Amino acid sequence: MNFSEVFKHTNQLCRVSPDGKYLATCVQYRLVVRDVSSLQILHLYTCLDQVTCMEWSSDSQFILCAMYKRALVQVWSLEQPDWHCKIDEGSAGLVSSRWSPDGRHILNTTEFHLRVTVWSLCSKSVSYIKYPKACQKGLDFSRDGRYVALAERRDCKDHVSVFVCDDWQLLRHFETDTQDLAGVEWSPNGCVLAVWDTCLEYRVLLYSLDGRLLSTYSAYEWCLGIKSIAWSASSQFLAIGSYDEKVRILNHITWKKLIEFEHPATVSNSKAVVYKEMERRHVGGCDDLTLHHQITLGGSLFNTQSKYEICPLPVQIPVVKPDSDRANPKVGISSMAFSVDSRYLATKNDNMPSCVWVWDIQRLRLLAVLEQTAPVRCFQWDPRRPRLALCTGSSKLYIWSPAGCISVPVPVEE
Amino acid sequence: MAAVLLVAPGSRKASNLQANLRSADRRELVASHGPRLTKYVPGSGRWARFRRFHRRHVSDTSGVHRDLCAEKPFIATCVALALRSPADSQLFSHPADTGDRWTPAMAESSLESSNMSCNSSRLMYPSRNHTHSSMPLSKQSYSVLSAFCSEGNIAQCISYINQEMSSLGFPALCNELDSGGDLKAVSVLNNMYELLQLHRRSLRALEELETEQLKSASHLEHLKLCNSRLKEQLEQSRRESTGLCERERQLQMKVKSLQNCLKNEKEEVQKLQNIISSRASQYNHDMKRKEREFSKLKERLNQLLIDKKDKRLAIEVLNYVGRSDGKRSLWKTGKTEARNEGEMYQTLLNDYESRQKELLVENAELKKVLQQMKKEMVSILSPRKHSQKGETIDDSLDLPGSENEEEVCDSSRETLELSCEHAREQLTNSIRQQWRRLKNHMEKLDNQASLVQNGSLGDNEVISRKSHEETVEKLKLEIQQCKDFIQTQQQLWQQQLSCPCDDETAALLNDCYMLEEKERLKEEWRLFDEQKKNFEKERRNFTEAAIRLGHERKAFEEDRAMWLKHQFLNMTPFLDRNKSQSALKSPEASEVTVAPESQYHNAFSTPKAAPAKIPSTADLYRTLRLLPDHGSPRSQPKNGNWQDSDVILSRDVSAKSGFLGAADCSIYSLVGTESSPN
Repeated sequence: MNFSEVFKHTNQLCRVSPDGKYLATCVQYRLVVRDVSSLQILHLYTCLDQVTCMEWSSDSQFILCAMYKRALVQVWSLEQPDWHCKIDEGSAGLVSSRWSPDGRHILNTTEFHLRVTVWSLCSKSVSYIKYPKACQKGLDFSRDGRYVALAERRDCKDHVSVFVCDDWQLLRHFETDTQDLAGVEWSPNGCVLAVWDTCLEYRVLLYSLDGRLLSTYSAYEWCLGIKSIAWSASSQFLAIGSYDEKVRILNHITWKKLIEFEHPATVSNSKAVVYKEMERRHVGGCDDLTLHHQITLGGSLFNTQSKYEICPLPVQIPVVKPDSDRANPKVGISSMAFSVDSRYLATKNDNMPSCVWVWDIQRLRLLAVLEQTAPVRCFQWDPRRPRLALCTGSSKLYIWSPAGCISVPVPVEE
Repeated sequence: MAAVLLVAPGSRKASNLQANLRSADRRELVASHGPRLTKYVPGSGRWARFRRFHRRHVSDTSGVHRDLCAEKPFIATCVALALRSPADSQLFSHPADTGDRWTPAMAESSLESSNMSCNSSRLMYPSRNHTHSSMPLSKQSYSVLSAFCSEGNIAQCISYINQEMSSLGFPALCNELDSGGDLKAVSVLNNMYELLQLHRRSLRALEELETEQLKSASHLEHLKLCNSRLKEQLEQSRRESTGLCERERQLQMKVKSLQNCLKNEKEEVQKLQNIISSRASQYNHDMKRKEREFSKLKERLNQLLIDKKDKRLAIEVLNYVGRSDGKRSLWKTGKTEARNEGEMYQTLLNDYESRQKELLVENAELKKVLQQMKKEMVSILSPRKHSQKGETIDDSLDLPGSENEEEVCDSSRETLELSCEHAREQLTNSIRQQWRRLKNHMEKLDNQASLVQNGSLGDNEVISRKSHEETVEKLKLEIQQCKDFIQTQQQLWQQQLSCPCDDETAALLNDCYMLEEKERLKEEWRLFDEQKKNFEKERRNFTEAAIRLGHERKAFEEDRAMWLKHQFLNMTPFLDRNKSQSALKSPEASEVTVAPESQYHNAFSTPKAAPAKIPSTADLYRTLRLLPDHGSPRSQPKNGNWQDSDVILSRDVSAKSGFLGAADCSIYSLVGTESSPN
């Protein structure tokens, strides 16, 4: 693995273009575009204010820079550096800005979710979509970019509108049987829309593209319900993570539960491998003899070197007791992701913040548990291969693959 | 003998009177049974009669004694004896259970055994006591007697006593015939003696009765004690029962209170539930109200924003860009709507179609598997059936069905592709039946196996095992040989690959392995050489010709020069030009003909043997299944990509998988997962 020098950026605005050729970073009000291979600066754009949101268009030709405070959006072109576009939402305010999948329209959500404005870069037309719902995931484009589903709230009832992205025409509009809709998500093949209810009610509704209700799934009542949802890349499985620290997987034929993955505090499954990150200070000839010395000395963040060790089962996993008095308790499955080949599922349980669980979907069992020394911030699958990268906010990057687990210290100059 | 027995408890004095015993016992018996013998007539037959009676009596009395002794409760006896003779009490101081067996035995022995001295010594004390106690009594009687008789009334006394005596059945004291009234000393003495004996006996009886009384008294006491104890117990149990009653009452009270509590709690719960539901409905209502307000506000705000004609709300674009698909945007019409609908349904249709295809494929595969299973089952089951045709009734009963099934199976196979409902059912049914039969068969086999295991571990098995071991040995040997063979092969390969610098061995190996090819190559080479030679020859010819030509040319040139000179001098240039051009052409032509040679050469050059991918030993072994996967000898649940030396694995992983990976974390890549260790 090679490492570039360190680039400055603000607001964690650092994006690689969809075609993988460019790297855009924002430093205050400046936008820097680099060539990924040579890391040379190709373009330098200057925005009107500090950028709060930045996004590449799907064809990697435009970059959108939003300044929410000033309700401004600026668009820059890579092909024509002197081309510019500025969208001002005015007094309506701006809370979210994003590209449509065709890369020629920008969807701005105004303050208080008053409306969604669709600005076109091809023509002067402006469309408004009223009654968007402010929720976990109120807007979702289908993977092929043809449709967009939008959660709406009208007359104290939840609705879903499906628009055709080509001409922003309303295709379907239907009321959903939810108390308080929390999110919508298309299946990767764009034929099924998963709609889930707020955490007070465990309910998943599956709608066909034409608005027919295919199925409803509810695992239990009264307790806090769904926390996260994830489709497998093959659209074959729908994983539902909930506050009861379980992941339930539905199949795409009957929409019934296929299996339930628990996240027990004691891993005793003999087939699972538990990798535990062991930290130690880095010294030139890191011998085992000096190990004790180093541990007793303790190390600074950047000097420590870590490696994985396989723990003999059963393993006790550190559990953080959630504060039950507070809203949104830190318990349950908050993030899940399928690998690109749909063979593996990575999950994270919020009350075991330092652990990532990897499940084998082919055999429907636990495959590996990665126990880190620090809470896991985020994890992501390789878009090509079954390989999982995660970070914990330390100077190291961790990679899991079916073959094993490694930790890579990122060289940083202090 | 019997007399002794009867006397024995009496006293020792009796033994002193042994001399008189014979006569005495007669009288004694008479005395003791006086009332019955009142009509006793002294005479000749008297002795014999007495004897008869005596015998009967002895048996009688001994029986009585025995009964008496046997029936007495032990405790009473014990207490009585203890009271009477403290010195002797040690004899009876045994605890109740031992003494229980003791005393009756003793009593019996005292009655029946001939060991007189022992018994008498034991029972001496009471008798002595008795004599002492009887002393004052005799004195008193004496004084009374003296008062009864005085000097004056002797005769009256005698007659009175005589009367009395006779009335009591004693022989007369004096002869009545001679009314003189002198006493017959012998009869008096005899009477006296008998009286004494009587007295003694009565005393003894009294004593016995006293003992008896004591015994019964003690018994009574004991019973009283028992009674009081039982009363106490009764009292206690009464108290207990009252206590328990009290407790029960309390518990019932408690239960009642708890039930009340429960009821209250239930009511509370109900109330709370009602409260919750009412609150929830209220909350929902309020929420709805607020949401309505909120949406109204939103509406208003929206309206305001629109009315305000916000100047800032705008888009500034330098120039509009084309759509990503290059098309122009279309007007929104009914047509586009219809198109969108169509497209949507198209997508859905495609999805369903693909899914159906997938399902069809899956179904077909499953059917195939089912079919195969069925076939295999039939094939497994059929020979068994033939062999056991007449064996069991079940099988014979099954047979027609199975034939039928086979038909069904065939027919179902035919109709399988049509996936006819009926055929499917038949197929599944037949499969089920076959499966059942297979299961039965398996069970039978299992039973047989267990029987064999239990029944006979005979020589048969031993032999088979031996042969089995032999074959295993043989196979092992073979494997070893194969391994060796492969090893040598591998070595040769390695040598050939690794040290091509070693020309000799390489040549040798090449010779070994590519003899045929070499031969062929040589042939070709030879041909090539020949051709080369030919070409060389031709070339030489050509060069010679060229040289010749050069010479000629030179000559010609000279000639021409001469001629030109000559011509120049003569001034007629146009005649020779054509001639010179034709001359110039010839060397060019020669070159052209040469060119193909080089081409031919190129075409003919033997291409170098393609670097065929040579498999490693591990691969070879793996294909031969002599070795498990190289990377995971311990069946690590990984995919066996461990030989990849680039991946840095944690030490434990490597230890577990038997692979020692580099522990350095700084340089690595996961790219090389497919690269083999060679």
